[in-house]
Amino acid sequence: MSEFFQFVVIGLGNGAVYAMVGMGLVVIYRSTGVLNFSQGEIAMFSTFIVWSAHEAGLPLPLALVVGMIAGAAIGAVLFRIAVQPLGDSKANPLPVVIATIGLFLAVNASASLVWGSESKPFEKLFGLGALEIGSVSIDYQKIGALAVLAVEVLAFQLLFNRTKLGLAMRSVASNPESSALAGVPVNRVLLAGWGLAAAIGAVAGTFTAPNFGIDANLMLNTLVFAFAAIALGGFDSLIGAVVGGLIVGVLTDVAPRYIDAIDKMPLAPAFLLIVAVLLFRPEGLFGTRRVQRV
Amino acid sequence: MSLLEVTDLSAGYGMVPVLRGISLHVEAGEAVVVLGANGAGKTTTLRAISAMLASTGTIRFDGVGMQRSSPDRMVRAGISHVPQGRGTIVDLTVEENLMIGAYVRTDDEVESDLARWFGVFPRLEERRNQVAGSMSGGEQQMLAIARAFMSRPRLILLDEPSLGLAPLVTREVFDRVAESVTETGTAVLLVEQNANLALDFATRGYVLESGSIVGEGSADELRGDESIRRAYLGG
Repeated sequence: MSEFFQFVVIGLGNGAVYAMVGMGLVVIYRSTGVLNFSQGEIAMFSTFIVWSAHEAGLPLPLALVVGMIAGAAIGAVLFRIAVQPLGDSKANPLPVVIATIGLFLAVNASASLVWGSESKPFEKLFGLGALEIGSVSIDYQKIGALAVLAVEVLAFQLLFNRTKLGLAMRSVASNPESSALAGVPVNRVLLAGWGLAAAIGAVAGTFTAPNFGIDANLMLNTLVFAFAAIALGGFDSLIGAVVGGLIVGVLTDVAPRYIDAIDKMPLAPAFLLIVAVLLFRPEGLFGTRRVQRV
Repeated sequence: MSLLEVTDLSAGYGMVPVLRGISLHVEAGEAVVVLGANGAGKTTTLRAISAMLASTGTIRFDGVGMQRSSPDRMVRAGISHVPQGRGTIVDLTVEENLMIGAYVRTDDEVESDLARWFGVFPRLEERRNQVAGSMSGGEQQMLAIARAFMSRPRLILLDEPSLGLAPLVTREVFDRVAESVTETGTAVLLVEQNANLALDFATRGYVLESGSIVGEGSADELRGDESIRRAYLGG
């Protein structure tokens, strides 16, 4: 039993990272109506910047701040040059989706070009220690990931419900045309969303990188898990991304330990979950059900 | 100098021209109506002025050229557009809609303006924490108008406020707008199919037909014009 509990806690720690990437996806999905396939790659690139800043001598927490700022700038620039020129993505989502797939490839290749293809070791933000409770041992790193996730959720709630920018973001997500007519600079608000999503991507990457070191494919699996998380939680729900992320984290950590077949296909539970949710409850646990008149 | 001066304005959708070089002007504090049948280009006129739609020709507001502008810059300059079909932000509450209307403002009187428009539209105050999408058409129209006033505009573009509303509700909406513009000194450019109502509200008007202005005059002149009576006033 305590072994099972151990796996669950590890799963929650991993799930916190899926939740972070998921929240970034939700922020962009709500405001632009598209899934940003390049989300994980922008996070990977920003995490490389964290790594470089750390290598250059900055303590890891400071390096993370540098990576978040750089990530936000990269997200904003990519939006400006590759997404905004394609026009209203709510009316016509396909070009933007294709553009984000293009960005996925471009950012991945750029990272290989800059940092090479060899995996590099990455320090843990919360060190190597662990909290021992009876026979259960929980890495500080996992507890840290959950704590950071909680801070991010709180920050997002404050942003969306207490600030002018947050109100504008919700307004643009609901009705970009009326928001523009009311004086909201829609493209600048969307750009802020991309920057924000990229900044939290740097955090997610910094928690992912110590597991197997950092290389250009750092976030590939994480992105799939994050897709599963928001499919489960609902594409337009921040809380859904968090709950979905934690559930996916536990599921994908616990299942392979008891079912041998899954051990060899770590992504299988995530894909099964995506298919099952889309079949039986397409709006997810917390998402808005869209009723469309035809 | 006119508050709004539009000269030789042309606009369309893709390759389809809708407006063919119209010119019109609105003086400060004046209420002007553009009459016209369905498809004459009334909505396109307003969308071109508020920069929702690319156009050629010149648009001068308060003497300043507004070419290649964007909707939010037009709001900053002092033009507020109430689009056809209300254009409320349905997922936001009534109060949040009004705060979005004040987005361009940096002064500290937003709260007192909120109270002011709640005074003019008491129904909105009753529903201030309700999401806009749950309100009736008339209430949403009033919300859209109050939101436009929240930016403290000098000109309001009003697109078919009567659309889809019961006659009594329409009358109430027009009465409230008339009171509000008199009180604030805001100019209005109204487009409307309901000519009787519009000519009671406006002091001057234009007649738009197939993207061109074919007539203009004071409200009384337009009301007395035989061809307009036949086309828009039902004999």
